[in-house]
Amino acid sequence: MSNDYAIVASGLTRRFGNNVAVNKVNLRIPRAKIYGFLGPNGSGKSTAIRMLCGLLTPSEGEVSVLGLSVPRDAEKLRHRIGYMTQKFSLYDDLSVLENLEFIARIFGLDRRRRKTRIGENLAKYRLAGFAGQRAGTLSGGQKQRLALAAVTLHGPELLLLDEPTSAVDPQSRRDFWDGLFELADQGTTILVSTHFMDEAERCHELAILDKGVLVAAGVPGDLSDNIDAIVLDIETQQPRRSRNTLEQAGFVRAVTQLGNRLHAMVDPGLDEPVGRLQGMLDDAGLVAQVQVTPASLEDVFVAATGFRNGAGG
Amino acid sequence: MMFLQRIFAIIIKEIRQLGRDRLTFGMIIGIPLMQIILFGYAINTDVRHLNAGIVDLADTYASRKLAAAVQATQVVDFVVTANSVEGLIDRMRKGDIKVGMVVPADFDRRLADPSRAAAQLLIDGSDTSIANIAAQLRDMRFDVRSVNGAQSAGLFEVRNYYNPERRSVVQIVPALIGVILNLTMVLFTSVAVVRERERGNLEMLITTPIRNIELMIGKITPYVVIGLIQVSIILAVGILLFNIPVVGSMLDLYAASLVFIAATLSLGLAIYTWAKTQFQAMQLTFFTYLPSILLSGFMFPFDGMPPFAQWLGKLLPLTHFVEMIRGIVLRGATFSDLGPSTLALLIFFAVMMTVAVLRFRKRLD
Ligand SMILES: Nc1ncnc2c1ncn2[C@@H]1O[C@H](COP(=O)(O)OP(=O)(O)O)[C@@H](O)[C@H]1O
Ligand SMILES: [Mg+2]
Repeated sequence: MSNDYAIVASGLTRRFGNNVAVNKVNLRIPRAKIYGFLGPNGSGKSTAIRMLCGLLTPSEGEVSVLGLSVPRDAEKLRHRIGYMTQKFSLYDDLSVLENLEFIARIFGLDRRRRKTRIGENLAKYRLAGFAGQRAGTLSGGQKQRLALAAVTLHGPELLLLDEPTSAVDPQSRRDFWDGLFELADQGTTILVSTHFMDEAERCHELAILDKGVLVAAGVPGDLSDNIDAIVLDIETQQPRRSRNTLEQAGFVRAVTQLGNRLHAMVDPGLDEPVGRLQGMLDDAGLVAQVQVTPASLEDVFVAATGFRNGAGG
Repeated sequence: MMFLQRIFAIIIKEIRQLGRDRLTFGMIIGIPLMQIILFGYAINTDVRHLNAGIVDLADTYASRKLAAAVQATQVVDFVVTANSVEGLIDRMRKGDIKVGMVVPADFDRRLADPSRAAAQLLIDGSDTSIANIAAQLRDMRFDVRSVNGAQSAGLFEVRNYYNPERRSVVQIVPALIGVILNLTMVLFTSVAVVRERERGNLEMLITTPIRNIELMIGKITPYVVIGLIQVSIILAVGILLFNIPVVGSMLDLYAASLVFIAATLSLGLAIYTWAKTQFQAMQLTFFTYLPSILLSGFMFPFDGMPPFAQWLGKLLPLTHFVEMIRGIVLRGATFSDLGPSTLALLIFFAVMMTVAVLRFRKRLD
């Protein structure tokens, strides 16, 4: 079992006082895949990742990483995993090269290997031109490439990346993801947390976290296909009033505005959903065009988090 | 060998960061310079021409010769001649004189007896700088005294009025090495490591294969060198500016300093495992610093303290170092004479290192 999965966690829970940051999370993260944690700020992504690499002790639950029990055997994992913190955690007052040399030495790379690995990563992550520059003076994208160069120096089997792209421009994000796919192709398992839908969509598999609870998990396409709702696309010149009208109906679970369109999610058992909604809008005197649409990941996210939040009313 | 490489990595990193941190670098040089110059001049007591009084109850050839010899030192000018000791003390209370010299009636007999002081000096200790002349006059050679007798009792018995402690630049400056190192070493290490936590570097560092003990050794090693540099600065200023005689060997002095530096660095590491912020680290540093100054024998004579205070003082590394450094610099003691103090410092180092290594967790909680 633990041969097929890089990470298996069951009932993973972490409390800070009365606040449950991670709540009974079960995970199966396959090897050589990119696995995403999607969730808004405060949903427990960082806390979960820290528990997986042995930095935080779980309040409850079992974790096995690369076949070893965590946190008990966390030290044995150090050479096999790489953890990239959410906040840049290399040394601002050391140069790019000095930071990489430091990490390479700490991971016990001998002189020859240090030289080749640092050379490779400087080229691969386009850092050769900044080798002598202090890390503190790099841009967001450059810092993130340096962090990735550092965390992959020792060739880890498993990478845990905590919101690696949150301080990075879109082009850098795309480049960064190309790098991740290349690593996954070479057999590295990658766990990456994000609050960007488009990034989550690129993952082989993902888990959606909300207030510490894992609310949905699986392949992004399957999650969209298996969404427990019918998603309707509404094109209208009066989106706000249309939205107010639709939210009156009990069978409409959630309405999201996207410019001049709305995405409405309705109960999956509903007969004639297009006709029912079109009728409601027509009766209210609103000009609108309703049609069924495949669920986006955003819809999945809203369905998974919004319904739960609105369960009381 | 891998552990050596990891320690080496930490050392290199620390040195590079130190070289780029102008503030800390300035403090390494600045704190010792400033402290020794302030302390040194504040207590510098090259006292001359103090008003003095004399009661000569013996009135012999030898006693008159003594008075002349004391006058010749230019340290005191006899401006009052009293008839009785009470009269002399009275003039001192009024502030007319700072020093009183009492030559007892049996002066000549005392002079022949090396186990007894021949005469008495009364010192107005309320002005601390004056107390130092006691030391100068006590060690004065007086050739009427029998030449082959060992002067174990000194020429004068010194009575300190109004201020029981005697201070002198010669006593203070060597001990200052300890006082300054005690502050800088504890502060630098604890702040240097807490800063790493505050800046978020620690979360990265503890997911690497570095072991606690390697991290600790790598962290303190550069500061050992810095400590020895500070010792050299203080010594140089002490010798050049304040004419501190170093009776013992320099090698012993540096050996003793090295042991003390190790002890204070380990204290800094232990403090770090409690402190969450740089500010807390500084608070804890000063929390240990004040008792060190008060209880170590630097300020007040150790032997005069109540037993409980002595017992507390013995727990502090500075106490042992003050003892050692005064022994080496002033009495010419050798490092091997100071076995008990050395042992005490080594035990302190071992205990603090163990505390630091055991308390440091490669965890965030
Ligand atoms: N060290 C901590 N002490 C107390 N509460 C914490 C700590 N770390 C995280 N939390 C709380 O746990 C919850 C989840 O935080 P986090 O894991 O950082 O979320 P995310 O990474 O998804 O933004 C938040 O409510 C946060 O306030
Ligand atoms: Mg986070």
